[in-house]
Amino acid sequence: MKYLLIVYIDPATFGALSPEGLAALDEASLAFDQDLHESGQLILAQALQSIDTATTVRVRDGRLSATDGPFAETTEYLGGFTYIEARDLNEAIEIAGRSPIAPFGSIEVRPVLDLARIVQERREQEDRARSA
Amino acid sequence: MLDGPTAQAQIDALYRTDSRIILATLIRLLGDFDLAEEALQDAFVAAAEQWPRDGLPRNPRSWLISAGRFKAIDRLRRRARFDAALGELAMRLDQAAPDPGDHGDAVVDDRLRLIFTCCHPALPPDAQVAMTLRELCGLTTEEIARAFLTSPPTVAQRIVRAKAKIRDARIPYEVPERDRLPERLEAVLRVVYLVFTEGYAPSAGASLTRPDLSAEAIRLGRLLLELLPDPEVEGLLALMLLHESRRLARVDPDGELILLPDQDRSLWDRNLLDEGAERAGRALSAATVGPYAIQAGIAAVHATAPSTDATDWNRIVGLYDRLLVADPSPVVELNRAVAVAMRDGPASGIQAIDRLIERGTLDDHHLAHAARADLLRRLDRQDEARLAYERARALARTDPERRFLERRIAELEDR
Repeated sequence: MKYLLIVYIDPATFGALSPEGLAALDEASLAFDQDLHESGQLILAQALQSIDTATTVRVRDGRLSATDGPFAETTEYLGGFTYIEARDLNEAIEIAGRSPIAPFGSIEVRPVLDLARIVQERREQEDRARSA
Repeated sequence: MLDGPTAQAQIDALYRTDSRIILATLIRLLGDFDLAEEALQDAFVAAAEQWPRDGLPRNPRSWLISAGRFKAIDRLRRRARFDAALGELAMRLDQAAPDPGDHGDAVVDDRLRLIFTCCHPALPPDAQVAMTLRELCGLTTEEIARAFLTSPPTVAQRIVRAKAKIRDARIPYEVPERDRLPERLEAVLRVVYLVFTEGYAPSAGASLTRPDLSAEAIRLGRLLLELLPDPEVEGLLALMLLHESRRLARVDPDGELILLPDQDRSLWDRNLLDEGAERAGRALSAATVGPYAIQAGIAAVHATAPSTDATDWNRIVGLYDRLLVADPSPVVELNRAVAVAMRDGPASGIQAIDRLIERGTLDDHHLAHAARADLLRRLDRQDEARLAYERARALARTDPERRFLERRIAELEDR
């Protein structure tokens, strides 16, 4: 089963990191990705630049708007993600718990939706209903 | 050949004693809660048809498990006409080793798997409680709804959503590994204790206790201790037994609340009390002592004291000190303050409670104001006591608690 570990960073604890602390976190994060890669559990990992660099795109009534934001303020913001292959939710939780960034925010564990399979199964069902 | 009524009586008895055990194994074999529940019902229907004719099988439980498994495969095959994936699943199940899994270890493991899955922290707390009562205790949706003063559709929806999350997020049907066991066990114990307290001191409503729910929680506690001997499990069981032993003395014939100092100690259930005190002692002497064992220890000191005055308050304060380390909370601090007042006099207790209320954490907690009011009354500061009782009454959540506080206010005015 594939899970996306979505990292939300708490600006208060993350912002309080010293330059040395930040450097250590960067090193630990790379090592964490490497470990997961070696155990065959890593599909993709990506950290993101700070939320100040974000642009939000919306399409309403066919018109596209691109605006600055979202604004971080004091709430947690998306800081990156790790896309993994895990046996089940317990293994995914265990991997999320090992992430070096975990103490600086929270990690949402989401099973992925296999859209291609859903569409295919729906088509097959419709075919069977037609031929029946 | 058995006569029909005898066979049916045996089947009914077997359903009461074994249906949850069989369900736990069927969930493992079939990998799906709903399919396992249907299979369980199918298996008992098949038994009702065949046993009166063919006689009781040599091992009824494994007969029911394998009948349930075959019935489930049949169901999947019939549904496979509409959904090819189910046909594949039926084939896989059919080819899987037909392990009826009714030998000792497997049964224990399946029941533990069921407990840890129902109490998985990824499920919302109210769903953990509903799943535990439904799947482990076999309560109906209506019974659970009645116990928690909510509607059956609400409970049904919680259970449906929990099962969907178990399936879609793939929550495994397994006992956690050793290094995760303490935190996962904590979640299980919390659910069991929540079921108990909801039966012993309901959080809302007109009635003071709901004995059925407490009895279910004690049964769960016994089952858990049997499956997983652990000092904290024994501590929780001891705590529940000690509370339960006082149930009759805690409410008067009109349904009004009676506090510990005013209880008729001859009404306490000696059997529950002795078992609770013995288990509390054992849990407290373990190498690692957790919050439930300490709370059980406190309850045991109360339970074995001849009267409130002759209670070993020094030992109780000491146990609260340990509890503040193991599981710090404002409510524990409040209870410690009350124990200090009993040991050193009301004036020392009141200072501690005032500090707690000033911090704001307990300002909306009716027991904090009620405890403060009691101490003020004993210090003969009547006007302050009345204000504190009135604040407590405004914050109380059940009718008997409100009436109890009103009686206290009336007693002040009598003076």
